[in-house]
Parts: sequence; structure tokens; C-alpha cells
Amino acid sequence: MRMFVTCVLVIVATALPHTALAKIKAFACEPEWASLLSELGGKDISVYQATSPKQDPHRVEARPSLVARMRSADIIVCSGADLEIGWLPVLLQSAGNSKVQPGQPGYFMAAEWVERLDVPEKVDRSMGDVHPYGNPHVHLDPRRLAVIAGALAQRLEEIDPDHASTYKQRSASFQEKWSASIQRWETEATSLKGLRVVTYHRDSAYLVNWLGMALSSTIESKPGIPPSASHLAKLLEQLKAEPADLILRMAYNEPKAPAWLNERTGITLVELPYTVGGTKQAKDLFTLFDDTINRLLQATGR
Amino acid sequence: MYRTIPATAVALSLSFSAGAQESDQTEVEELRQRVQQLEERLDAQAAESAPTPDEATAEISTGSQDTKQPSGNAFNPAISLIIDAKYRDLELDPDAYQIGGFVPGGGHGDEDGHGHGAGPGERGFSLDETELSISGNIDPYWSGYFTAGVSDGEIDIEEAWIQNSGYFPGVIAKAGRFFSGIGYINEQHPHAWDFVDAPLVQQAFYGGNLGDDGLQLRYVAPTPLFLEFGVEVGSGTNFPGSERNQNGANAGAAFAHLGGDVGFSNSYRIGASYRQTEAAEREYDDEDSTGAEVENVFSDLKSKTWGVDFVWKWAPNGDPSTRNFKFQAEYFNRTEDGQLGYDLDDATETFAQEGVYSSDQSGWYAQAVYQFIPRWRVGVRYDLLDSGTIEYEPVTDGSISRDDLQLLREHKPERTTVMIDFASSEFARFRLQYAQDKARFDETDDQIVFQYIVSLGAHGAHRF
Repeated sequence: MRMFVTCVLVIVATALPHTALAKIKAFACEPEWASLLSELGGKDISVYQATSPKQDPHRVEARPSLVARMRSADIIVCSGADLEIGWLPVLLQSAGNSKVQPGQPGYFMAAEWVERLDVPEKVDRSMGDVHPYGNPHVHLDPRRLAVIAGALAQRLEEIDPDHASTYKQRSASFQEKWSASIQRWETEATSLKGLRVVTYHRDSAYLVNWLGMALSSTIESKPGIPPSASHLAKLLEQLKAEPADLILRMAYNEPKAPAWLNERTGITLVELPYTVGGTKQAKDLFTLFDDTINRLLQATGR
Repeated sequence: MYRTIPATAVALSLSFSAGAQESDQTEVEELRQRVQQLEERLDAQAAESAPTPDEATAEISTGSQDTKQPSGNAFNPAISLIIDAKYRDLELDPDAYQIGGFVPGGGHGDEDGHGHGAGPGERGFSLDETELSISGNIDPYWSGYFTAGVSDGEIDIEEAWIQNSGYFPGVIAKAGRFFSGIGYINEQHPHAWDFVDAPLVQQAFYGGNLGDDGLQLRYVAPTPLFLEFGVEVGSGTNFPGSERNQNGANAGAAFAHLGGDVGFSNSYRIGASYRQTEAAEREYDDEDSTGAEVENVFSDLKSKTWGVDFVWKWAPNGDPSTRNFKFQAEYFNRTEDGQLGYDLDDATETFAQEGVYSSDQSGWYAQAVYQFIPRWRVGVRYDLLDSGTIEYEPVTDGSISRDDLQLLREHKPERTTVMIDFASSEFARFRLQYAQDKARFDETDDQIVFQYIVSLGAHGAHRF
């Protein structure tokens, strides 16, 4: 028994952190929200990024380190719309933190603030891993990001009133830079309008919608179901009849099926960052879209 | 929305003055200006106040609104049903199964083989326990969870509890019937197992998942490393305890977990646990050295189990979709001290022998599961138990021999298992498993099992 207690004390001693700082702690489910929090919060927020740009946000393990970080979080920022349904509820139940539970100010789901695409009329598991609340990959449309950023800035002011004026300032300057950037991107990307694209998963839906492109099909047979040989064969037929202009592969998608498709059809394959850190050039939200549009333009030779 | 009211009012009043004259025209102009001013003021107000999610959605909404009326079903809890069916090819008769050297665990598996408790189960095709789970929030403070195992003729409530998470920072309180937090696999429901059956040590010591009716308190420390402490108190009626007509807590447990990451690709959790329970009266059927059946009864038996557990998970860049690897191992040691009555005579209600009983037994298992391509995994598991030392007064003083406790003869049960499984989605898994089971004293059993395990409905996420 004494041994047990000593062991426990040793463990506690090694696990204790340095003295906690006064700034609020944010838990960002995905890199895009970590980046947005840095833009809006700067040095006043300590941001923990739960997943890396190479991780599929649908399939994340609710590992102990995430539970520990959620325990101390003042605010969690995630995509929502069930994107994190496979792991976020477990974290919320295991962390013992009432501040970040659904309904509390510390619970911020980005997708709730914007109109979502692909809202299904009915849901059934035979359709694969459909999202009943619509497509949750909302960050790839900068206009929606602007709305989310506005709402997030206000939420930060609410939970951290001491720094409210700083959040207001940062938010205003971000929105200014952001709307100027949107105009620039839209001008640069006019030549992309009308292009037909094939993607691995429907995670590019918002990007495609914003740029006026058309999503012809997905490499996945159904959401969350990797493509079978027969599905790929069908896809090949379909593309021979109605060719697409680009194959989009996000940094976290598996590389084999898109590469195979590119080989067999000759359609240009573009690798996109999908989120901040997905490529070396996508260092923040601005460069995320800079790099995305550059890659698309380069791929189409425009 | 707010600007439509005055605007409509003004519009209505304007419409009444259809045949407006000059003076009315200027009046109309004035009203139009006033409406414009009101609208501007309302716009300014709206810009200041925080938009609610619904308003913001409405602004850029083009009809994605749900026009259906919410029905009473809106607050329904999440319901899921697990169907688990198997085909088994067992070389030896499963009815004669025993884990040699260990008192048979209670639990809902050993008698009819339908359950997932102890024993290899039924030969041929069988539908094993169907699990029904219902969970949801009760109110802003409590959430609830219910799981029952349903098999022919019986509904076995496995878990039914309420939980509060975070009312006191870091504290998670649970009350009701729940699987104990000791070890690693104990809290996992069978449908989450990586093999068809439970590890041998869990079967021997607990007869399957150990559950209790009682209270559990967990505390998650505000540290960057995951550090959690838990204590439990309960009725302790399940094996190795027994029912007793007594106030207070008959069983208690304590556990601690430490977890973290090594880079982005690796995560681990280490745990230690201790559990104590008492059996007021616990009987089991044994055989004496001639093969005659004897009924033995433990009384005033203190059962203490301590254990350590370890799990390590790897996924390239933290993404388990394509490939991932998991290693887990647990070790338990149990000591029991009390009285044992040997060979109960039903007629006279006396024992042939009575005396002090004490045992010190242990067991462990280690398993590794590797997903090598999406949806396909292979696994290997090794179980080893040690019947340890069993001391019984009538044996020590020569009244009976050690062989008169046939079930408790010295033995080191061991088993090796390999499996391969395919998940057509996260809701359906098909598994083929082969085990070489040396739990019995003298024979080796070859066991081949084909299983499917599927979930219908809402499917809660699994813990690490």
C-alpha cells in the first residue's frame, strides 16, 4: 500500500506542469481553428492543436493527451456538424470540464454559424458515413470563415472580458485583411470557374462551391468507405464518357487511388493542403488559400 | 425580422391613403424617411448585439431551414443494438470446460454458453448476447447510460448509470451499475474487443466484465500529461464477492491512470488498480479424488486483487485510417483469505471438512493488433495464468488430500490466439479466430471461431 502511494506521488510530481499562466487555454480540434484562434487571440490565448494536418479529422483516437488538454481548456473550437462525432463526445465525457460542454460559452462549433451544403433529406447508414447536419468541412470557403471568425471573436470577448478590446481590434484588422484577400483570390481564380473536379471525399465541397467549379464525383464509393476495385472501374468508365478537368487530393487523403486514377485517365492530379500545415506553403489561413489557388492555377496551366 | 414590423405597419398605413393628395404626398415622404431612419437604427443595433447561430444562418440561408415541426422524438436518447453471432468449431466439449486451478468465475457465460463471460461458448452456430444500449443527457447536470445483454429468456442489465462530468472541475461522478474502472479491458464492452472472447485472466478472476452497483469518482488532474485517479465503492455481489445482507459497501476499488503521447504517432496509457471484496457465502461445485461431486462453500472470504495495465497505440502521423498498431497487456494478482467448507451434506447441512483457506494466484495476457491495410486487421494474443499457492487447513493437517480439490490442483493455464478481421465499415466487423487453449488440466483444445459483430443505430465513440 505504501508502495502504491509512493508510486502515485512520483507520478504526480513528474506530471505536474510549470506554474500555470493567466491566459485562457483554447483547444482546437483541427489546425484551421488553431490558426484562426492565433489570428484572433494572439499572445492572449494559449492554443492547443489536437490534430495534425496529416490526420483525417473523422478518424481520431480519443487519446489520453487529448483528455488532459480538454480538462484544462477554457474554450474548444471544432468544426462540429458531427465531423468529430467519433472522438469529441468521449473527450467531453472523460475530461471533467463543465466549461466546454455543449450549450456552454466554452463550446464553439464552427459549422453552426454558417449555411451548410449537402444537407441530406434523409439519412441512412446504407448511404455510408453521411453527415446528417450537412457537410462539416466548412473552413474551405473564406466567406464562411469570415462569418465564423466574427462569431468566434465575440465568443472570445465573452469568455475573456479582460482582453475584450484586444480581441475586437484583432478581429477588425483580421476581417479587413481577410475581405481584401477574398477579393484578390476571387479575381485570381476566375479562370477556374466551371472546371469539373473529382475528389477523394466531399471535403472540398465548399472550396469547389466558392470557386464556381463543379464536383463531378468522389473516389470514395460512399462517404467513409474506401473505393473497391469495381467502384474504381465504374469511375473510370464514367470519366471516359464525361471527363473531368482535375483530380483533387487533400494532404491527408490516401495517395494510391488518386494516383491510379491520374495514371489511367491522364487527368491532372492536384495535391491541396486542405488545412493549415497541409503543405509547406500553407502556414496560416491566408497562405492556405494562396497556396490552394496557386496549385489549382498551376495544375490547369493558367 | 424586427425591421419588417414597422415597415409593414407603415406600408399598410400608406396603402390606405390610395388617393393621396399633395399634402398626403409630403406626409408619405416624411413617413418613408422615418421608416428609413428606423431601419438604419435597427441595423446598427443588430450589428452591435451578438448574433445567435440561428440568425447568422438565416442571413446566408437560402432554404436549408428545416420546415418540419419538431416532434416529441427530438429528445429521444441514442439507441443502438449490437448483434453478435458466431460459428464455432471446438475440438473438446465446451460443457466440460474449466480453467484448471481456479475457482470457476460467476458471470453469465459459464452455464449456457450464450454469454461472453467464461468459457469458449457453444459449438456450431449461435447467436450470442445481443446488446442494447441507450444513452443520452438527462438534464444539464447528468447524463445516463444503459446497456443490457439480451439472450434467450433473460435480460441481463450490464450497465445503468448516471454521470456528472465537471460540476466540480476535473471530477467525474458515476452512480448506478457500471463496469469497474480497474484494468484496461474491463470497461470495454465485448463488441469493442479485438478478439472473440475475454482474456483468460479476466474469465478466471471475474467471469467476464466485472461490474458492480455503487459509486465511482474519478478525478482528472489539470496536467498536460493525462493523470486520473478513481475510487469505487459498491455492493460487491458479483464474483469473487457474493450477496450479503448488510449495510455499507461490500467492495471497494481504486485505480490510477497515466497517459500521454510520444510524438504525433504514438500514445500510451499505464494503469494500476486495486480491488477488495468479500464473499459472505460463495459456493462452487468441485470433485474429490474419486471423482464424486462435492459442493464447497467459501465464507467470510476476503478477496483482494491488484493489477497493472498498459496499452500502446501507434498510427502514422496520428491517422489510424490506413494503418495502425495496438499493444496491450495486463497483469493481475489475487489473494483470498477466509473459510472454506468442504463437501456440504444437503441432508444434515454440515460440511465434511471446514477450515481456513488462503490462495495467492495470478495471471496476465498480452495482445497485439495490427491494421495493415484499411479495414483489415490481424491480431495475436497470449494468456498465461498461475494457480499459485492454495492453502487449506484440512489438506495441511492430512484430513483430505490436495487432489480432493480437483478443480484447484496446480496448473498454469495458457492459451494462444490469432485472429484476422475485416470491417466493412465502423459499424460491422467480421472475424476469424483460432486459439490453442490449454486452460484445462490435461487437454489442449483447438478452437476456431467465425464471428460477425454489428451495430445498428447511434454508435457511441469508444474510449482509448
